[in-house]
Amino acid sequence: MIRTPAIVRSGILLLALLSTLPARAPAAETPVRGGELEFIVPASGFPSMDAHREETYAVIHPLRPFYSLLIKVDPKNPSDPTAFVGDVAESWSKSSDGLTYTFKLRKGVKFHDGTPLTSRDVKASFDKIIFPPAGVVSDRKAMFFMVKAVDAPDPSTVVFRLRFATEAFMPALANPYNWIYEADILARDIHWYETHVMGSGPFKFKEYVAGSHVSGVRNPDYFMPGLPYLDGFRAIFIKQEAPQLAAIRGGRAMVNFRAFPPKAVEELKTAMGDKLAVQESAWNCGLYLAPNHKVKPFDDPRVRRALSLALDRWEGSKALSKVAIVKTVGGLVFPGSPLAAPQAELQTIAGFGTDIQAARTEARRLLREAGVPDGFSFKLHNRAVEQPYKAVGIWVIDQWRQIGLNVEHWVEPTAPFFATLRNGNFQVTMDFNCQAVVNPVLDISKFLSNDRSASNYAQYQDRVVDGLYDEIVHETDQGKLKTRLRQFEKRVLDEQAHYLMTLWWNRIVPYNARLHGWKISPSHYLNQDLANVWLSPE
Amino acid sequence: MRRYLVKRFLLMFPTLLGVAVFVFVLIRLLPGDVVQLRMAGEGGFVSEEAMQQERERLGLDRPIWRQFADWMSGLARLDLGVSMWTGRPVTYEIGIRFQLSLQIAIMATIIAIALALPLGTIAALYQDRWPDYAVRVFSIAGLAMPSFWLGILILLGFLIAFHWTPPMVYVPFWVDPWRNLSQLVWPALATGYRYSAVATRMTRSAVLEVLREDYIRTARAKGIRRKLILTRHALKNAMLPVVTVIGLEFAFLIGGLVVTEQVFNLNGLGKLFVDAVTQYDYTLVQGLVLLVAFVFILSNFAVDLLYAWLDPRIRYR
Repeated sequence: MIRTPAIVRSGILLLALLSTLPARAPAAETPVRGGELEFIVPASGFPSMDAHREETYAVIHPLRPFYSLLIKVDPKNPSDPTAFVGDVAESWSKSSDGLTYTFKLRKGVKFHDGTPLTSRDVKASFDKIIFPPAGVVSDRKAMFFMVKAVDAPDPSTVVFRLRFATEAFMPALANPYNWIYEADILARDIHWYETHVMGSGPFKFKEYVAGSHVSGVRNPDYFMPGLPYLDGFRAIFIKQEAPQLAAIRGGRAMVNFRAFPPKAVEELKTAMGDKLAVQESAWNCGLYLAPNHKVKPFDDPRVRRALSLALDRWEGSKALSKVAIVKTVGGLVFPGSPLAAPQAELQTIAGFGTDIQAARTEARRLLREAGVPDGFSFKLHNRAVEQPYKAVGIWVIDQWRQIGLNVEHWVEPTAPFFATLRNGNFQVTMDFNCQAVVNPVLDISKFLSNDRSASNYAQYQDRVVDGLYDEIVHETDQGKLKTRLRQFEKRVLDEQAHYLMTLWWNRIVPYNARLHGWKISPSHYLNQDLANVWLSPE
Repeated sequence: MRRYLVKRFLLMFPTLLGVAVFVFVLIRLLPGDVVQLRMAGEGGFVSEEAMQQERERLGLDRPIWRQFADWMSGLARLDLGVSMWTGRPVTYEIGIRFQLSLQIAIMATIIAIALALPLGTIAALYQDRWPDYAVRVFSIAGLAMPSFWLGILILLGFLIAFHWTPPMVYVPFWVDPWRNLSQLVWPALATGYRYSAVATRMTRSAVLEVLREDYIRTARAKGIRRKLILTRHALKNAMLPVVTVIGLEFAFLIGGLVVTEQVFNLNGLGKLFVDAVTQYDYTLVQGLVLLVAFVFILSNFAVDLLYAWLDPRIRYR
C-alpha cells in the first residue's frame, strides 16, 4: 500500500477545513462608505420645509434624511406593513387595555446643533401634529383622533394616552411626516420649521436653492453607529419625465425614488443594460371612480353597480400594467396588507368576478331596469395627468362602451380638477387615495359619509357605512377586524357601489446599479432617510 | 431729449398699472384653489376647517376689492408680497431664477447677433446666388424648428454618442465658469439659433433695401470700396429694424423659454411661470407678469435710445 505523503495529507485536510468556512459575500454586497448620492425629486420644489403641514412627497424625498421619527417602517423590510422599528425610540410597550403606549428613547441622540433630543422634543412635536395651536396647520391631525394626550414623564420616556384602543394608532405614529423637532425652537417660533431645517437625522442640512436642489452632508454624530454610509446627497428637482430619464442615462442622477411608467423603464433598460437595476412593488395608492349620488341616474345603486360590473379588472390589469403604473386588483384595503381580502373573497364582490360576460349581461339588465336607455351619454371627469389617470380613464370609457354607454372624457388640470370635485359639478369622476404607511383602518375613512369625510367626493351619506367604520376603528381582534372590513367593502363597492374600484397602482423604480441598501416599499413616502444607502465604486 | 426720457419713464407707470389690474383679474377668474391643491393635492386627510384657516392666513377669504387694495398698496412700496405656495417673498423667488434666465437671454442674443449680422449681410450682398440660398435655407430651418425640439435633439445626440448630459444644477459663472457654460451653452444655442433666424432674415431684407438707396449708388460711383460702403454707410442704416427685432426677442427670452427650460431642466423664470400658474400662486403670477412687462418696456426704451444713436436724425422731444 502506498502511503500518502504527510504534506499531501495536510493539504487535503486544509482544503477540507477551508471548505467548511462560510463563503465571503460578494464585494458588491458589502457596504462601502463614501460618495455623494444624486437623485431626482420629480417635482418643481416644495411649498414649505415643515412636514407637519405638508403632504407632498416633494418634501419627504429631499428633507427626510435630516430628520428622525419616533418609530418607522423597517428599512430592511419596508414591504411589510406591520413591521415597525424604533428610530429615536429604543423600545415600547402597550398596556393590556390598549389605551397607553409607552416609548423609551435612545440615549445620546442629538439634534444637529448639538442639543440633546429628549422626550420633551418628542412631546412638543406630536403636540404640534395632534393638537396644533391656533394658526398652525397640521395635515395629519385627523389621523390621531384616537389620542387623548402625549406626556413626557421623564427625559427618556414618552407616553401616548388614547381615548380608545385601536389598530390605527401605531401605523399613524410611523407616518414618515412625523418629524421630531426641537421643543425650544418650537417654543420660540412655531413657524420656524416652515423655512428652516434642524433635525437629528443621518444627514445635516447644507444647502437649498428653491426650484433647483437640496443638499446634505453626513451627520458624524448620528445615533446609529456606522451610519450613514454616504458622505452626502443632492436631491435635484426635475419635474418632467424626459430630463429625468436623460439625467439617469447620462449619469447626472442615480434614481428617481418615486416611480417611472413601464415604457420609461424599458427605455432605460435598453439604454443602460446591466448598469441598471429595477425594483417593483404594489403601491399604496388606489384609483377609484366616484359616481355623483346627487346627479341622476347615478343616484340609483343599480346604475352604479352596472358601471362596476362592466369593468373587466383582471384582464385590464394585464393590459394596463404594460403601459401605466397600475396593476393589482384589490378591494378597499391595500392588497399587500394582512387585512386585505383574499382573492376568493374579493371575487364575490360585484365587478370582481372572473366571468366578465355574465357580469356585463347583468350590468345591461340593471341599466334597463333603472330606465337608462342604450347609448346613454355622460362625461367622465378626470385629472390631466397621464399616469395613471388618463390611461385608466381611456380604458374605463372603453369598458363602459361595451355595455352600451357613450362616455366623453372630460379632463382638467389639477387645480380645476379639485375645484370640480369640491363643488360636485360632475357626473362621474376619477378619484384617488394615496397613503404612506399602510393603515387600512385609517385609509378607508375616505369612504365615510361626506359629512364625516372631506375627501368623499361621491356626495353620499350612508350611516350603515359610518356605523361599520366606527366598529372597525374600535376593533382590536384581527379576526373580527377582517370580518368588519369585508362588510365595509361589500357595502361600499357592491351593495351600494358608492365608489368603484379600478386598480391599485404599481411602483417601478429603476436605478443605477451602483446604488445599494435601498429597498422599495408600498409607498413612495416611506424608507427615504437614506441612512442605509451606499454606492459601490465605479 | 431729456424731456423725452422723463416722459417715457413716467409713462411706464400707467402701463404697469394696467398690466397689474389685468393680471389680477385674469388669474382670479380661473377655477381652482391654491389651498386645496397644496394641502390635499395628493389625497391627504385634511379637514375643511384647516383649509379655511389657511385661506384666512393667505387673505383669500377677504373680498376681492380688499385683496386688490392690499396688493396695490404693497406695489406702491415696491413689495410684491409673498408666494402663496412657499410663503417666501415673491422678490426672492424671482431673484434666484432671474440670474439664469438673464444669462441665457444674453448668451442667446450674442449667438443671434454673431450669426445674423454676417449671414444676413452675405445673403444680401450675394442675392440670388448660392450664398444667399444657403443662408436662406439655414434661416428658414431655424424658423421652422422649435427651440425646445432642437434642444431635445442636442440632448439625445449627447446621450447616444457620448452617454453624457449637461449638468442639471445651475452654478453661477463666477463660481465655476466651465460648469456654468457646459450647462447653459446648449439651451443658449438652441434658443439663439431660432432667434438668429428671425434676425438674419430681417438683416438681409434691411441691407437689400439700403443697398438700393441713391446714396449707396453715389458712393459706388465715387469709387469707394465695397467694404467701406457696407460698413460706413449701409449697415448702420440697415440696423434700425434689426435692432427692433433683437430688442423684442430679448425681452421675450426673459420668462418666455418655458418649454426649453423644461427640456434642459433649467431653474429659470419660464419654469417658475408655469409652476406659479398651475399652483394658483396669485401673488407670484402677478409679480412675474409685472417683471416681464417691465422688461419689455425697458427693452423698448433701450431700442429707442439705440435708434437715436444709430441715426442722428432721430431726435426725441
